[in-house]
Amino acid sequence: MKVLVIGSGPIVIGQAAEFDYAGTQACKSLKEEGHEVVLINSNPATIMTDPGVSDALYIEPLTVEFCERVIAREKPDALLPTLGGQTGLNLATQLSDHGILDKYGVKLLGTPLSAIKKAEDRESFRNLMREINEPVPESWIIQTPDELHAILDIVPYPCIIRPAYTLGGTGGGIANTKDELWEIGQKGLKLSMRSQIMVERSLLGWKEVEYEVMRDSAGNCITICNMENLDPMGVHTGDSIVIAPSQTLSDLEYHMLRTASLKIIQSLGIEGGCNVQLAVNPDSFDYYIIEVNPRVSRSSALASKATGYPIARVSAKIAVGKTLDEIENQVTGTTKACFEPALDYCIVKIPRWPFDKFASGDRSLFTQMKATGEVMAIDRSFEAAFMKAIRGLEIKQKDLRHTKFQGSPRIIRVERPATETEKLFNETMQALGSAKEEGREAAREKLAALKQKFAEVEYKIVIVDEGHAPMNDDDLKHELNKPTDERLWAVAEGLRRGWDVPTINKISRIDPWFLRKIQNLLLIEKRLTKAFETLGDSEELSALISEAFLIGFPSNTIKSLLGAETATAELKISKDMRANFVVSLQDSGLSEEKLDRVKSNLERSDAQPLVGSVHANYVSEHLHTLWTDKTIGQYLSYLELVIQEIERQKVMPVFKMVDTCAGEFESGTPYYYGTFEQEDDAH
Amino acid sequence: MKRYLLLSDGTTYEGKALGADGFTVGEVVFNTGMTGYQEILSDPSYAGQIVLLTYPLIGNYGINDDDFESDRIQPSGLIVREACDVPSNWRSTKSIHQLLVERGKVGIQGLDTRAITKHIRNGGVSMGVICDDIDRGRTILNQSKSYDDTDFVLDVSTKSPYLWNKEGKVSMAEAPDPSRLKLAVLDCGLKFNILRRFYRAGCQPIVFPATTSAEEILSWKPDGILLSPGPGDPARLESVVQTVRDLLGKKPIFGICLGNQLLCHAIGGKTFKLKFGHRGANHPVKDLLTGKVTITSQNHGYAIDPNSLAHTDAEVTQLNLNDETVEGIRVKDAQASSIQYHPEAAPGPWDSRPYFTDFVQTMEANRK
Repeated sequence: MKVLVIGSGPIVIGQAAEFDYAGTQACKSLKEEGHEVVLINSNPATIMTDPGVSDALYIEPLTVEFCERVIAREKPDALLPTLGGQTGLNLATQLSDHGILDKYGVKLLGTPLSAIKKAEDRESFRNLMREINEPVPESWIIQTPDELHAILDIVPYPCIIRPAYTLGGTGGGIANTKDELWEIGQKGLKLSMRSQIMVERSLLGWKEVEYEVMRDSAGNCITICNMENLDPMGVHTGDSIVIAPSQTLSDLEYHMLRTASLKIIQSLGIEGGCNVQLAVNPDSFDYYIIEVNPRVSRSSALASKATGYPIARVSAKIAVGKTLDEIENQVTGTTKACFEPALDYCIVKIPRWPFDKFASGDRSLFTQMKATGEVMAIDRSFEAAFMKAIRGLEIKQKDLRHTKFQGSPRIIRVERPATETEKLFNETMQALGSAKEEGREAAREKLAALKQKFAEVEYKIVIVDEGHAPMNDDDLKHELNKPTDERLWAVAEGLRRGWDVPTINKISRIDPWFLRKIQNLLLIEKRLTKAFETLGDSEELSALISEAFLIGFPSNTIKSLLGAETATAELKISKDMRANFVVSLQDSGLSEEKLDRVKSNLERSDAQPLVGSVHANYVSEHLHTLWTDKTIGQYLSYLELVIQEIERQKVMPVFKMVDTCAGEFESGTPYYYGTFEQEDDAH
Repeated sequence: MKRYLLLSDGTTYEGKALGADGFTVGEVVFNTGMTGYQEILSDPSYAGQIVLLTYPLIGNYGINDDDFESDRIQPSGLIVREACDVPSNWRSTKSIHQLLVERGKVGIQGLDTRAITKHIRNGGVSMGVICDDIDRGRTILNQSKSYDDTDFVLDVSTKSPYLWNKEGKVSMAEAPDPSRLKLAVLDCGLKFNILRRFYRAGCQPIVFPATTSAEEILSWKPDGILLSPGPGDPARLESVVQTVRDLLGKKPIFGICLGNQLLCHAIGGKTFKLKFGHRGANHPVKDLLTGKVTITSQNHGYAIDPNSLAHTDAEVTQLNLNDETVEGIRVKDAQASSIQYHPEAAPGPWDSRPYFTDFVQTMEANRK
């Protein structure tokens, strides 16, 4: 069979490169089945347009006119429209409406267009849901104050009022009580050009859960995976942090929603992959069907990568008539595609927003997707996957710290007259060198004198960065309440300030489970920050570092939280500061052996003495102690130990396989993730 | 506190304490379901087993008052990667750790559960012990009786008959609802949700101990008989098999899990032990009559040997798509059929629920 595949076209905001991924998988899958693939795509910068993916390739505008010319020339037997996203689907619909498919005898593969229309048209979808007894959010169209009055007692509160045909939704709002609905509703009726408002149940704050499901032409239905949004209802799922599988749903709830999803895909008659979005009341068994995407979507790409199950590949095979039990599970090689993946890890997806490129853009998130991509992380715990995902964003923030909320320290540079300090430094080194011959007592006296001289040398403090104060509590609460791309750091800062989980849950409506996991990370963060003051011996330090690695902190974050990394280049310890360290080593109680080691380290290099440098926060906070305190010596040996331990431990992770079956069957897939565990699947 | 899992082949895993203090012995098996730990912990078919859950984050939605599948915590021990201390779900009343402590059950967490799963997958299930002291644990393990040589059914079966209605378990003193079809349940390790589903489908379940004779069951004039799931090797249950043999042909019979194996033995077939069993919520089963595939909830270590059915009245009706083991049989002319998986789900997918209404229809048709 010769199959025409419509590609995904240009990559636009609100649509990542997922359709290229799906389309490429589909082309390969069709070729595996012995079909000839003709591809039309307007975007040559894609993988699917690479040589070898299709048998014939047309880089042409994705319009009816051009598509007809390709059809006329290639005379394909069939057209596969459901794998190129909305672009492909729209074009296929137009080709069908223009009678072009009939004219050339091209059969449409996969889900029938009628089913797709049914799922995408709001009214016919709501009707279908009513037919099969699946709940959709109640809504009322109101045109007169009398009608409004009549529903005051029926409407579930809070409800949303949307006036029809007003500019930018003026006159709309959320009503929590009858009185509010009466007031806002009447105003809305006046403001609406057609005197019409829609009153709808508000699902703000409900859990948002998705099911990625598949069906074949024989009616076999399976779930590939379910996902729980960390951001509750109100934020587009493409803009939400998403976790797979769901974490806070009991078995009963999980399967109640799964059954609903399968019922929907069955009643729509989907052939291939489909995404069902549901809103779930966090305090009852109530749920509503929000939306159905009757095709391979961004969520399918995520579900594919999250589970290892190739949704697009299998969808393409279903489209050409294969049933799920006839398709091999490519991952295990021994089982069939007709099963439901079992995960033995946790998936965290964080959207990637372009606000670093559009600095003045409105960062608030709501029902219109603003992300242009996403990162997905896999690990054995939520915490570790979450930390990996943050790192994967490749933005300024590499962990839970964010200066916007935490404030930033004042950064200073200490400058002393170079010649003076150079001289003193050399003298200090000599004094230390002669300590063994002259005896410690003599050396000590000499050093004490030198220390005095140091203190007398004038130095000036240059302010490199003024820094800024932490965000005040009220503003921070606002940030928690109003979703933006930076909310996760606001949540972290709230927890860091000691606000308890119920408080933050009340403001943000983020499930306490996620908040507690973030709190777990912050507890480690706090212990790392306080390590130097609080930890007893090296064993405790080593154990803490290993705990930090295990829960998901990257080595650079551990290093910097422990104070062993400089925040800015200006803060490298200059030579004269080092000399001061040496002076104060006397009182530190270091062994002679350690003293020697510190000394030789000092002599070895200028730019990278000992451990590099001192953390900016530490310098600004402890500047006075740097000069006199005996802790300097301890601090130096502590830093040395920190570096040693991090270097030793950071090479410990193993690799675990994503095998679709939680280890039940032997698999040969080369898909792994790194984690701090015992056994390595990759050998 | 440090805690260890020792396997009978000498392997040792180190983890942290979970649940009650002490030690526990059992056959170490794994379940790949991502939800349903409360149902698993109260499923009598896990008696004598230490259950490892392959999903690493367990206890997230806590323990509630409604989702227990029996009155006891059934497995002898629990192995998880990470148990959640502070659960989050509107029905949760306690954490999994609290439940285990309350019921005196020993568990272990913080070990590489995937490594252990692969170990079992490659070497088959084996006996194991969870303990705080390696030497002592080793001794206990060496002295304990193997799972295969132990009878569990009498222990988990009800001691006296009872009725099931809307409120759940009620005494036999209550009058059975005459408007409902009478379902006699032979309890070898029943899960409550089987009763809930049958009650919902219009039945009046009456539950009998596994030792009840065929005559006694028939004296209650049931419209149908259910052979329940349960733990252990079906080949050891000669007297129960005899009961099933005596019931065969008298009334419609439906078997679930162990019930499937009992029916097989009753007609002269044989069962064998699977290397590491089927335990999870994602097992595809193909119905050979309709060609349809259903995703099923499974928990069994033994399976029917299809060759042993060659000279019996039974035929294989369903196969597992993963390993082609027998998932369902039917005895021609006896109105007896059974399936190896769990239509009651809890935990797992609800796709096989039609079995309840189907059997009720059979019972109804037979009554007329």
